[in-house]
Amino acid sequence: MSQAVDEIKIGGIGASRKRVEDNRFIRGKGNYTDDIVLPGMLHMEILRSPLAHARIKSIDASKAWDLPGVHLVLTGEMMATRNLAWMPTLSYDTQAVLATDKVRFQGQEVACVIADDPYIAKDACEAIVVDYEPLPVIVNPAQAVAEGAPVIRDDKENQPDNVIYNWEVGDRDGSDRAFASADLVSKLELHYPRSHPSPIECCGSIADFNRATSKLTVYMTTQAPHIIRAAVAMVAELPEHMIRIISPDIGGGFGNKVPVYPGYVCSILASILLERPVKWIEDKSGNLISTGFARDVYLKGEMALRRDGKILAVRMHTDADHGAFFSDAQPSKFKIGLMHSAFAAYDIPVAHLTARGTYSNKAPGGVAYRCSFRVTEAMFFQERMMQAAAADLGMDQAAFRRMNFVPDEAFPHRTPFGFLTDSGQYAKCLDVGLKAIDYQNFRKQQDEARSRGRLLGLGISTMTEPLGAGNSREYDILGIKMFDSAELKVHMTGKAIVRTGARTQGQGHETTWAQIVAHELGIPAEDVVVEEGDTDTAPFGMGTYASRSTPVAGAAVAMVSRKIRAKARKLAAHLLEVSEEDIEWELGRFYVRSAPDRGVTIQECAVAAYANMPDGMEPGLDATAYYDPPNLTWPFAVYIVTVEVDPATGVWDVLNMVAVDDCGVRINPMIVEGQIMGGLTEAYAMSNMQFITFDADGNCVGANYMDYLLPTAWETPGFELHSEVVTPCPHHPIGAKGIGECAAVGGPAAFVNAVLDAISGTGVRNIDMPLLPDRVWEAITYRRDVSGAPPVRSDD
Amino acid sequence: MTMVYADRGDETASQVPVRRIKFTVNGEKKIAEVEPRLLLAHLIRQGLRLTGTHTGCDTTNCGACTVLVDGQAVKSCTMLAVQADGHEIQTVEGLATASELHPLQEGFREEHGLQCGFCTPGMMLAAKALLDRNPDPTEEEVRWALSGNLCRCTGYQNIVKSVLWAAEKLRAQAPVQ
Repeated sequence: MSQAVDEIKIGGIGASRKRVEDNRFIRGKGNYTDDIVLPGMLHMEILRSPLAHARIKSIDASKAWDLPGVHLVLTGEMMATRNLAWMPTLSYDTQAVLATDKVRFQGQEVACVIADDPYIAKDACEAIVVDYEPLPVIVNPAQAVAEGAPVIRDDKENQPDNVIYNWEVGDRDGSDRAFASADLVSKLELHYPRSHPSPIECCGSIADFNRATSKLTVYMTTQAPHIIRAAVAMVAELPEHMIRIISPDIGGGFGNKVPVYPGYVCSILASILLERPVKWIEDKSGNLISTGFARDVYLKGEMALRRDGKILAVRMHTDADHGAFFSDAQPSKFKIGLMHSAFAAYDIPVAHLTARGTYSNKAPGGVAYRCSFRVTEAMFFQERMMQAAAADLGMDQAAFRRMNFVPDEAFPHRTPFGFLTDSGQYAKCLDVGLKAIDYQNFRKQQDEARSRGRLLGLGISTMTEPLGAGNSREYDILGIKMFDSAELKVHMTGKAIVRTGARTQGQGHETTWAQIVAHELGIPAEDVVVEEGDTDTAPFGMGTYASRSTPVAGAAVAMVSRKIRAKARKLAAHLLEVSEEDIEWELGRFYVRSAPDRGVTIQECAVAAYANMPDGMEPGLDATAYYDPPNLTWPFAVYIVTVEVDPATGVWDVLNMVAVDDCGVRINPMIVEGQIMGGLTEAYAMSNMQFITFDADGNCVGANYMDYLLPTAWETPGFELHSEVVTPCPHHPIGAKGIGECAAVGGPAAFVNAVLDAISGTGVRNIDMPLLPDRVWEAITYRRDVSGAPPVRSDD
Repeated sequence: MTMVYADRGDETASQVPVRRIKFTVNGEKKIAEVEPRLLLAHLIRQGLRLTGTHTGCDTTNCGACTVLVDGQAVKSCTMLAVQADGHEIQTVEGLATASELHPLQEGFREEHGLQCGFCTPGMMLAAKALLDRNPDPTEEEVRWALSGNLCRCTGYQNIVKSVLWAAEKLRAQAPVQ
């Protein structure tokens, strides 16, 4: 007699199942791109521009060609003969593969050498002589639009200046009317500094073109193998079925491994020309200086307020510095990503956003670094404006937020910029956070400490993030709709394989997708293997970024499991010799409604699918599901930080940090908490030390780990996580919402708000991130706001 | 490592200097012929095909390439292969026996001390160097000992727990004095 299985015991939803992928990683048996060696493989290195803006007068590669062991030197001129000197970006712009006319940022790819080993290739790069004529340099939007500014993109027709777009969303007139009737207008200007996702593993590829089969196989560090396949088909003009993209284990992505980079393209062309595998592994400087950066957005924000604290309207203007090429990876419809998700958690009648994008002599990018398309900036601006507004009103920070939250009973809620949020318990999350940090008591301690000259501060940040693009009606990248997919094959013995169009980079898909199958079918998670990242075997999907895996691919795993269950039900009816209508399901088992003891397990159904199917039924037990989400998912979080600032040095320490995340149903609570702690650490990094800036000549400051500071175990504070608020997503098949990025999105404002709260007596409204000791000291000492916008000041 | 060069008639290839070194890796004695400029990390990865030692930054910051040289945690991208002559190297591949994981490996799995796994081998070896000299470290001592190793995924909290988990298990296993 079969029995229903215990979901937690079989590793279903809610089980903190140990990760499957760990078994190879802890043994050093991961298989990252650089670990792969193919017979006859050559090695490629890139020569980069030392200047930020210069005309190329000549390139002499003859000495490089002469070095023993060199097989090929690629320059822009050679790429141009194959129409490969430029490639399309994900935002309908073009990007140089190898520079032909000018270099437009420091670190831009100028030439490539392919040699027997990477040491020889590096030697040969140094033997290439490039004659540059330096040009004036632009490192911020103000310079980009100044009168007489040099036009960076003189390669483009109809590009008379450095403006990429002007874009707006919301209700301009309605907002203006609301501002006219306001009791108080709170204003804030700030800069969210340029950052870099900086996974520890850099980018790389091994292109392997086989002339005999005409097939191109590329092993590469990509978060989105199917998009890459489409892009390679387009750029290299190869038929899509002759391209196989394999994304092996990825040593961290965080958005950095979404775009197509020149190194990938050059390794592919080199392999085609040489008919040998060509490996390119970027070094850290190359990664930091040239690949997808994030942020670099300036805000001018205004909030119209009623005296009692009610927000009447919000106006925002953002200036985004996109670097030399507009290559943001984002849904095509939106120029500045989902910036207009700002204030989605607050009940605000009307809002208006204007956005301008400009070119500069800085690396291109604008990738979604641990966030959903500019949502990090949106939530940071929102929570910094909330803090400033509460201060302007003389209101308590928590009370001001609570008063303006969208109430629980108001969902679904249409935000002033047009999004539809689905669910949440915002005030409850805030209450949990305030209790955990002991809010009232801390305020007392703060007053007491201040009377003794000690500066304590408390910062609150909340966020609701639109995660899981699409739906396909509104979200596409270059016309490809943002759905995702899963394929499930149940073998004869009841074991199974799942493949999805996503690609894990540490999120643990190999563990959690099996848990969803276990939840839906009662097959133990350990009996389900998960495979991703090979375009020849995985169903088409848009990849893993913007926290879309669980909301979209994870939903597809649930839906494909339900397809399997539907067929298994027919098999069960056949085995039990009753009609399908008389069959009931409990986890892992079908039974006869009128005789619950008569049942068959899902495994017995699997055998029948191959060995005992009813007449006329198609054999086998497998299916594919494409999931087009009805809406984004909207997780919510409250982050509260307490700090102490040393007025003599500007150094600040975190006293406590509390995180209350409501991401709906948690598939694997252990993994969810791991994601939150990782995000909080990146939030701390951005607020405290991690940024990329430039001097007036366009030299990148932050081109290696000596300058680009990442927190270590020593600096990183401890975090207290709360999971007691759970609001399932009403439209997701298992009620889950995205979680991988929430803490990195909502966290930074909590730290900054805490430091500014600590020095509130100075009247300082803003210090730009990161809150370096010298900036905080300057703010305290001179009682003035501190800007962090490039170029770096001479005294920095 | 054996190199094959294109013969351009200039005898350049024969002038590439090569040094012969002897060393031990994970208990096995080895001989290698290497260019003097070859980094130890590359000897381990390409020459020995022990790819669990990862290279992340080339500037001795990230610690992904950490190995033990005579029991000391060393970033193998900052040491030349010829400097390993006569020394004993341990990599992540030498942590487990055929039948048993090292407690550090178990600890990282039990406490969710890894996500993408790229920094993990270096973290475990830096931790091993600590536990070999200090079997009962405080949380603060663990954090300090790992401060040369960067992780972008975990936020370190679970890494610290993993090391403390391993320390406890190792102490329980140690013969009573």
